[in-house]
Amino acid sequence: MSSHHVPSIRMYVSVFGALLILTAITVFAAGVEMGALNTPVALAIAVTKGTLVVLFFMGVRWNTPLTKTVAISGFIWILILFAMGMNDYLTRGWLGVAGR
Amino acid sequence: MSQTVSTTKTHPKLQPHFYSMEQQLEASTLGMWVFLVTEVMFFGGLFMAYIVYRNMYPHAWVEASAELNWRLGGLNTLVLIGSSLTMALSVRAAMLGQKKGQLINLSLTILLGCVFLVVKFFEYKAKFEHHLVPGPDFNPALEQGMQIFFSLYFMMTGIHAAHMIIGIVMMTIILVMAAKDSFNAEYYTPVEVAGLYWHFVDIVWIFLFPLLYLLGRHGA
Amino acid sequence: MKEAAVQQEPSYLEAPYGLASWLLTKDHKRIAILYLISITIFFAIGGTFAAMLRAELVTPQGDLLTADLYNKVFTLHGVVMIFFFLIPSIPATLGNFFMPIMIGAKDLAFPRINLLSWYIYVLGAALTLTVVMLGGVDTGWTFYAPYSSIASNTNVTLAAVGVFITGFSSILTGFNFIVTVHRMRAPGMTWFRLPLFVWANYATSLVMILGTPVVAITILMVAAERALHLGIFDPRIGGDPVLFQHLFWFYSHPAVYIMILPGMGVISEMVANVSRKQIFGYSFVAFSSLAIAVIGFLVWGHHMFVTGQSIYAGLVFSIITMLVAVPSAVKTFNWTATMYKGSISWDSPLFWVLGFMGLFLIGGLTGLFLGTMGLDVHLHDTYFVVAHFHYIMVGGGVMAFLGGLHFYWPKMTGRMYNETLAKIASMLVFFGFNLTFFPQFILGYMGMPRRYHGYPPEFQVLNVMSTGGAMVLGVGYTLILLYLLYSIIKGPKAPMNPWGATGLEWKIQSPPITHNFHETPVVTEDAYDYIHAPAPQRGGEE
Repeated sequence: MSSHHVPSIRMYVSVFGALLILTAITVFAAGVEMGALNTPVALAIAVTKGTLVVLFFMGVRWNTPLTKTVAISGFIWILILFAMGMNDYLTRGWLGVAGR
Repeated sequence: MSQTVSTTKTHPKLQPHFYSMEQQLEASTLGMWVFLVTEVMFFGGLFMAYIVYRNMYPHAWVEASAELNWRLGGLNTLVLIGSSLTMALSVRAAMLGQKKGQLINLSLTILLGCVFLVVKFFEYKAKFEHHLVPGPDFNPALEQGMQIFFSLYFMMTGIHAAHMIIGIVMMTIILVMAAKDSFNAEYYTPVEVAGLYWHFVDIVWIFLFPLLYLLGRHGA
Repeated sequence: MKEAAVQQEPSYLEAPYGLASWLLTKDHKRIAILYLISITIFFAIGGTFAAMLRAELVTPQGDLLTADLYNKVFTLHGVVMIFFFLIPSIPATLGNFFMPIMIGAKDLAFPRINLLSWYIYVLGAALTLTVVMLGGVDTGWTFYAPYSSIASNTNVTLAAVGVFITGFSSILTGFNFIVTVHRMRAPGMTWFRLPLFVWANYATSLVMILGTPVVAITILMVAAERALHLGIFDPRIGGDPVLFQHLFWFYSHPAVYIMILPGMGVISEMVANVSRKQIFGYSFVAFSSLAIAVIGFLVWGHHMFVTGQSIYAGLVFSIITMLVAVPSAVKTFNWTATMYKGSISWDSPLFWVLGFMGLFLIGGLTGLFLGTMGLDVHLHDTYFVVAHFHYIMVGGGVMAFLGGLHFYWPKMTGRMYNETLAKIASMLVFFGFNLTFFPQFILGYMGMPRRYHGYPPEFQVLNVMSTGGAMVLGVGYTLILLYLLYSIIKGPKAPMNPWGATGLEWKIQSPPITHNFHETPVVTEDAYDYIHAPAPQRGGEE
């Protein structure tokens, strides 16, 4: 958090309220049969909650661009592991091996 | 940037290799964020295993998730979010030099953290009783893939709980320091940095809760 | 900025005095020396294991070591050399010593965490030595599941914990460097005035931060599977051992860049100096370090071409592997272009530079052979792979480390070593290295598998050559140790700038004072401004 910005209590409580509501929504949404959409919805809600915590509770909203870059880099980097890793699991059988 | 130290007398907490309190705070904050990136990657390995096996055993994943108590998980989610609020408020109090605010909010944070761990303890106990702990005692009649789910459940929530314990210890130390009037508007770095860590542990749980507890609710 | 000709303040070596002042130091330079001593010890241990392997391989039969013992020896050789020597080598020694000085700072951002990283290293090292004494571990340094997690009856859990702990040492070093470079540069030290050594270590630190935690959790999963029966890779309950490999190589491939990038940074410094010329294409070299760090995270599947990984994924990994060679090639071209029409000084640093460039070139090009999926089917798990990575890690990494050690020795110790012996030693190392490892390319191509203690008799001649080379290499390394140690006791005092090099580190006394600079420097010139650099100083006088 920037040493010169003191957030208001109201801001914190509002974010807290939003997080509570989002938690309720995710529990509710999990009970609704949406087929393949259930997972993306759950993840979208979790990402939203996480973003609220990062921006407001952790104060990244008021941090330097460098801190913002560092904060996002971890999440991007783990996506590399997920994407390139699943690239293996999801494509087995796409291309055959010659002679087999 | 000026070569000279700040015009006021050197703050007792200013380390000799820094030239200003602001540089020190910025370096510490950046440092904690770099550390949190390593934590993201650390938990990320487990999330990768989760994704791979969920893709492999989708039905087992749902069945196993249904064995978890989502109400307790949800309660723990609310507890952690609440502790994040109190943590943020204690950083704010430190920034404003409000000793009472710091003590109350830090104590609440620690208390909520302990509540989380107590709930977790009861959850784990139930797993032992229902033969859901991987290893020789695991219920052999369950579908293939469910044992891996529980291995991941225990590793992910276990390592998360270990982080919580470390966080609680850190907050207790910060509480003692706050009680000794260590923090004010010019120096609250340890509270800020510990707060970042605490919020991160909360964020991990925000992802763990739907991914582990809520799959069984719709049986997709 | 002028430095007083007379030493008014004691150097970092002299004050404060006493063992406790070293073991509790916050001075990055002293911590660098502590690391230097530690990694030298582990290099000797790892080298001893290598000697045992090469001794066994003189004869085709497995007669000196049993198969089980051989497995343990190559495992420990790998674990010790990679985790306890190569990964810390340049960053924890030369990096710790010179990063703050090169940017004009008094210390790293977090000096106590720097000391903590050394203690963590020592703890991990102690655990690993305990593993050795308890009978070792035989899984290969790669700890592949399910052998490591279920079947092996050696001290896997303890070894895993040792490596896990040591990983944190690496993480803390990287984290310290990143914050230091961002937040502690002196006035006027913009990013594009930084020495390339700093860029290289910064890029290395990014890899340390982003990669090491993944291998940490992976090793923890193996330990959990063994100790707590939390099966994750166990095929009997539906687990996938290939998942272990994905997680392991996600770190371990970028780890090889941790092992070479700092060396490339050292070589950049030395190339500019021995050519007395501005580095050709400074920004390209700087960005290439970042490119290697980033692209290096996208290629790990080239270690897994024959594991049953999807062929399509293998294709993707193979293509990107070709791309990751490009930034390394950029560096090599730029170093060569720097030396072209430079004013080459015939001093010992030149020898290390040339040795590095030749050996790294061969190692890098053979990596392309292995990255080609079709070829790798033939070459995987043969001595071709062993030769390839030794060319880079030893021919490249160790030569760069030794070169840097020599280049910066006068600054760190305040003493000059014997130039003639240094030239001889570098040639012994170069010759011995090639004799050891070039035959291994041929052996691998002809089909000799790695990690075997016996082989068909037709491979014996090449194996004997390889062992002979290893002996020459050992003599070379021992010679270096001897004359460097001797120089500390009896070497002539080093002047401030014996090589006539550019950079803030050559403008302070040898050895430096504890706080590096008397006043914070203000930087006004670009890096490698050799037009205005002083001439090399020789002899014992200032």
